[in-house]
Amino acid sequence: MNELPGDLLYTKDHEWLRREDDGLVTIGITDHAQGALGDLVYVELPEIGQDVAEAGEMAVVESVKAASDVYAPIGGSIVAINEELADIPEKINSDPYGDGWIVRMQPTDTFDESTLMSPDDYQQFIDDLDD
Amino acid sequence: MNSRMSSKLIFEKSRSGRRAFAQAPVDAEASKIPSNLMRNDKPRLPEASELQTVRHFTRLSQMNFSIDTQFYPLGSCTMKYNPRACNALALLPEFAGRHPLGPVSHGQGFLTCMFELQEMLKDVTGMKGVSLTPMAGAQGELAGVAMIKAYHEARGDHERTEIICPDAAHGTNPATAMMCGCQVVEVPTGAEGDIDFDALKSAVGPKTAGIMLTNPSTLGVFERRIKEVADLVHDAGGLLYYDGANLNAILGKVRPGDMDFDVIHMNLHKTFSTPHGGGGPGSGAVGVNDRLLPFMPIPVIGSKQVDGETVYGWLSEDDLPQSIGRLSGFMGNAGVLFRAYVYMRMLGRDGMERVSEYATLNANYLSSRLKEAGFELAFPTRRASHEFIVTLKREARSLNLTAMDLAKALLDKNYHAPTTYFPLLVPECLLIEPTETESKETLDNFVTAMIEIATAAKEGAEFKDAPYTMPVRRLDDVKAARQLDLAYRPE
Repeated sequence: MNELPGDLLYTKDHEWLRREDDGLVTIGITDHAQGALGDLVYVELPEIGQDVAEAGEMAVVESVKAASDVYAPIGGSIVAINEELADIPEKINSDPYGDGWIVRMQPTDTFDESTLMSPDDYQQFIDDLDD
Repeated sequence: MNSRMSSKLIFEKSRSGRRAFAQAPVDAEASKIPSNLMRNDKPRLPEASELQTVRHFTRLSQMNFSIDTQFYPLGSCTMKYNPRACNALALLPEFAGRHPLGPVSHGQGFLTCMFELQEMLKDVTGMKGVSLTPMAGAQGELAGVAMIKAYHEARGDHERTEIICPDAAHGTNPATAMMCGCQVVEVPTGAEGDIDFDALKSAVGPKTAGIMLTNPSTLGVFERRIKEVADLVHDAGGLLYYDGANLNAILGKVRPGDMDFDVIHMNLHKTFSTPHGGGGPGSGAVGVNDRLLPFMPIPVIGSKQVDGETVYGWLSEDDLPQSIGRLSGFMGNAGVLFRAYVYMRMLGRDGMERVSEYATLNANYLSSRLKEAGFELAFPTRRASHEFIVTLKREARSLNLTAMDLAKALLDKNYHAPTTYFPLLVPECLLIEPTETESKETLDNFVTAMIEIATAAKEGAEFKDAPYTMPVRRLDDVKAARQLDLAYRPE
């Protein structure tokens, strides 16, 4: 089992968040999520400038097995999208925490970290799912 | 590849000028088509002899898996044998050749059968009215939820816009709710496969338009608290929709109407004898209780007394002014409706009960034998309905044998694969539905095949490239999706 990156926060919907130095938040899906979905064949990205509510649909990832909504873990405005995913969706499979990032957001407020999971908590969460 | 089977397209066999007698061009002079409208170039169609064409399509048909040739335990699809008699009678020229705009007086035979079909469906489902007009299950769902909406609207209850769906629902359920302009509220499933009743309690409220349920559910188990669910939703002001996908399991035993459902769709092509799986035509007839009678989609067949005789005819907007409207003009799926009619007539009331008895007996026999053989059932404490779920979570981890590998390996054993990876809730799952028309020997042989594959995997065999004996091997479905190539381009 791969180590989870220690500098990220996680959600029960298997997304990860990274606070960047400039106050923006980068979001992607976890290694567990890409593994469960299988090889991705399509990623639908939001528009830059789009406002997204917390828990609102933000993107869609589609594999040969399933299409799955990616929900915004926090509310905010989309500042950047990973446009490379349109042509190379498999980046999410090969590097979910790096080149496979999905969006960068400007959070609406100082978001509440207490609703998100630490790496240890998320590891426990997915271990429990496997049982 | 099997040498008997050619993979060439009929276009690749084409030779200029070769033709079949049946396709020989008519004398252009005799057809009186003005010369300025005659085409100069040949249409882009294959040119082959009659025998070449017969061989081509006969070979293609031999490459097919079908209920006529193989056991086909495709869960949730009810791939049972459809008696030849149903087809033969539906093809009688007096029925099949009927003109849709012919006068009603010339179609009394057809209309009588359709009226009786409505009556029989009412009887077997416990509903008060039936409309045969939806052309497929999905259209039946659309009609059902549209009626629920129309009911609330007619009462001035405009705030009811939420449709509750269990997380195990068929994907068409939430899609239907969205198509009807509703929001979907998802309710989780409990550990034993029933709906999570407490979660349902907090989901219902003044915005609830209705709930869509499949019973037995897609998990292959009967919803045990259905009466409480019905009371809870009704007390909150919502209605209950019955997805008829699994009607085969309860035919003649329990009626959706008696479970307090307000509206139901039935896949006549599936439960009542039409070969299906090829994309249609189907029939998604809907049944309703008293509440929804005025909203039924049209046309509906009605009857009246004229000079002491019963005359049948189409009910239209004038008869049902609150109808959600027309879903089809002419009952273009009349053949499917006829097959259902003949099938029900042949079975009778007792026969219909035997359908569900044997369907559930076969499913429970098969699940017990597979459990004994060491396969893990997704709901081991529950009695199966007409289908059940095996999960290969353990085998996937310890033997690298996934549900897909096992499904593909079964093709080499000459069995159609069960449904894989549905319902989504159960990891590495096979949804197995043997249906009522299989013999014990067939079920036993299937168990043997499953055991042989699992044993081989334990001894180190890999099935990542299975099937090995089919016209095409394991397809690269990722590449197929990433590099779409759908059209044939002639050189």
